[in-house]
Amino acid sequence: MQMSGAQMVCEAIIAEGVKTVFGYPGGAIMHVYDEIYKQEGFEHILNRHEQAAVHAADGYARATGEVGVAMVTSGPGFTNAVTGLATAYMDSIPMVVISGQVPLSLIGTDGFQEIDAVGISRPCTKHNFLVRSLEELPRLLKEAFYIARSGRPGPVLIDIPKDITVDIGEFVYPDSVNIPTYKPTYKGNKKQIEKAVEAMKKAKKPLLYIGGGSVLSNASDLVRELAEKTQIPTVETLMARGVMGAKNPLLLGMLGMHGNYASNMAMSETDLVISLGARFDDRVTGKLSEFAKYADIIHVDIDAANIGKLVDVDYPIVGDVTEVLEAMLPLLDGIDTDRFQAWREILKRYDELHPQSYVDSDDVIKPQWAIERIGELVGENAIITSDVGQHQMWAAQHYPFDRPRQWINSGGLGTMGFGFPAALGAKKAFPDKTVINVTGDGSILMNMQELVTAAEYKIPVINLILNNHFLGMVRQWQTFFYEKRYSETDLTFQPNWKALAEACGGIGYDVTTKEEFDAAIKDAIAQDKVCFMNVAVNRFENVLPMVPAGGALFNMMLPQKGEK
Amino acid sequence: MENAMNERRVISVIVLNESSVLARVTSLFAARGYNIASLTVAPIPDSEMSHITIETNGSAKVMEQITKQLHKLIPVYKVIEHEEMVEKEMVLVKFPITEHLSDIGALCAAYNGGIANVGKEMIIAMVADEPVRIQHFIEAAQRYNPYEIVRGGVVAIER
Ligand SMILES: Cc1ncc(C[n+]2csc(CCOP(=O)(O)OP(=O)(O)O)c2C)c(N)n1
Repeated sequence: MQMSGAQMVCEAIIAEGVKTVFGYPGGAIMHVYDEIYKQEGFEHILNRHEQAAVHAADGYARATGEVGVAMVTSGPGFTNAVTGLATAYMDSIPMVVISGQVPLSLIGTDGFQEIDAVGISRPCTKHNFLVRSLEELPRLLKEAFYIARSGRPGPVLIDIPKDITVDIGEFVYPDSVNIPTYKPTYKGNKKQIEKAVEAMKKAKKPLLYIGGGSVLSNASDLVRELAEKTQIPTVETLMARGVMGAKNPLLLGMLGMHGNYASNMAMSETDLVISLGARFDDRVTGKLSEFAKYADIIHVDIDAANIGKLVDVDYPIVGDVTEVLEAMLPLLDGIDTDRFQAWREILKRYDELHPQSYVDSDDVIKPQWAIERIGELVGENAIITSDVGQHQMWAAQHYPFDRPRQWINSGGLGTMGFGFPAALGAKKAFPDKTVINVTGDGSILMNMQELVTAAEYKIPVINLILNNHFLGMVRQWQTFFYEKRYSETDLTFQPNWKALAEACGGIGYDVTTKEEFDAAIKDAIAQDKVCFMNVAVNRFENVLPMVPAGGALFNMMLPQKGEK
Repeated sequence: MENAMNERRVISVIVLNESSVLARVTSLFAARGYNIASLTVAPIPDSEMSHITIETNGSAKVMEQITKQLHKLIPVYKVIEHEEMVEKEMVLVKFPITEHLSDIGALCAAYNGGIANVGKEMIIAMVADEPVRIQHFIEAAQRYNPYEIVRGGVVAIER
């Protein structure tokens, strides 16, 4: 069929089954927007900032496992999108960002709103393209979606010069992709899997180390089955919260810088690490030379470059977690689970010694209490997004995550401002679920213009602002490592949150007591409007346990018993 | 350990001839703080691919990362870390006309080269040989007051 490049873009999005696109128009992409106006195959949400549009597409992708799509114009439109691309790239999120570019004839002339989008985004995309002719546009669109979702997923940028969106040509959307140089490996090597299974059978203190790759691979059921079948204790990374389910007796909890005592001790004492889609991030390993010092390591990862990058691996298995577990599980029939009984006992003792705890108060709301409380009130039914800081760690530690994709946060890049737009994306994907963005008084300001977006499109997400009047996480480091010099972290000056929300078409709550907290959550859910729930929490609360940066995992700063 | 860190390596990267593929390869080195000592690139005859030869240095671990990271780039078809290879490098040197043509000719001949061009004011010599020998040739050439030396970078092929 004959159509314009702009129409082709829309047709490709429809063919890929994308229901919601997030974006912001401008000169270079106006032809595409003109086609968006005419079509009915997908909905377009006008975010109020390109960064938010990309985060929203990212939240949509994380919640559904499908490719998220965002659209921006050239120049500043594109540069505003860079943080969103980098955020998705660091967490391997499947996403396609379509950017307008100046016409081909103007490329390289420093034309109005020209920027080298492909050059700028090279280090923060899985792949990117500058489209050079209308003929190649359908194929490149197809490849963009394919590359984004296959292998180790990631964001792909497709930069389209304005004149190509006007040109008319034949549109045939390819059924399949053939890139001779790109063939992801999904199946793990059979011999290696057998050897790994032998090691599991011989181990005394094995430990399952579950990473975000297990979520990306939709392997949660198989991971639970593996733990169940072997009775091997399990730790989750920040990105893997929900894979095992909060109530699973084999789950020790999160490990790493803010991991709990039992998890970090388990990693320090294990003799066999079974890593499933985890990448040994420095926030997880602490001091590398002390990390899992006594252990052999089985490392399952779809990205060969992750294996052996930071720690030496004894059983490297390149493959998709799901496919590897499908091959591995039958080989584990008859494994002697009693073998690990003593090990489980030790870890249970560790957990009793230093459980994930905090001291509650009747005078002031503790942030940990607030997290636990929403867990009790909405639990399984909610999707929780977060920004970056103490609130993020408290949510990861204390929320009872029951399933993967229930917990959406920026782990790899740590992007403040991610949570609210990501919540919009998640809510668009799952309108029937309660979506709560757990945020801080610092973070929420970074994309608060999205109040307007949410109000206009009636996307009722709840922003739970755990307000400590500080850039809390930085303040915590200043407390511990900079002799309490609170340089530029005091946020005593605050907007009127309630009025702010109302001014933008939402609703607001100021909460200072537990009763008000419950009432506000219930009202927010009933009102079904975007809201700011401003919760005054204890100002100087610290996230504990904490492994100081670069320290060994077993050297944790622990909560003082009875500390207020 | 110290030595292993600085070991010289030559790798070949076979890539699809698409726009900005060279930039992808080189920016990967830059972004990860790896060094490129020399780089040559040209299309492979009768194919859609190009052959990039990169001379670099690093430990075995660093090389493993470089290789794997290169492999992750979508247009990269193959990365060959050379074990046994034939390596050649070319160099062009411009000498003053006042130097003895026959001396320079003899020197070049010793290094698998010759006089490429003689003009009113200068003599241009060309030599193609193994990279170490190119180094030796350049040292020897210093005695003849060269104006300018242009090295071509290493090309390598597996034995
Ligand atoms: C865009 C961005 N800028 C700066 C930082 C550094 N940073 C990490 S946590 C943090 C403080 C966050 O404060 P707030 O949102 O109030 O959350 P709290 O830690 O108080 O819960 C800062 C500034 C970051 N992660 N992202």
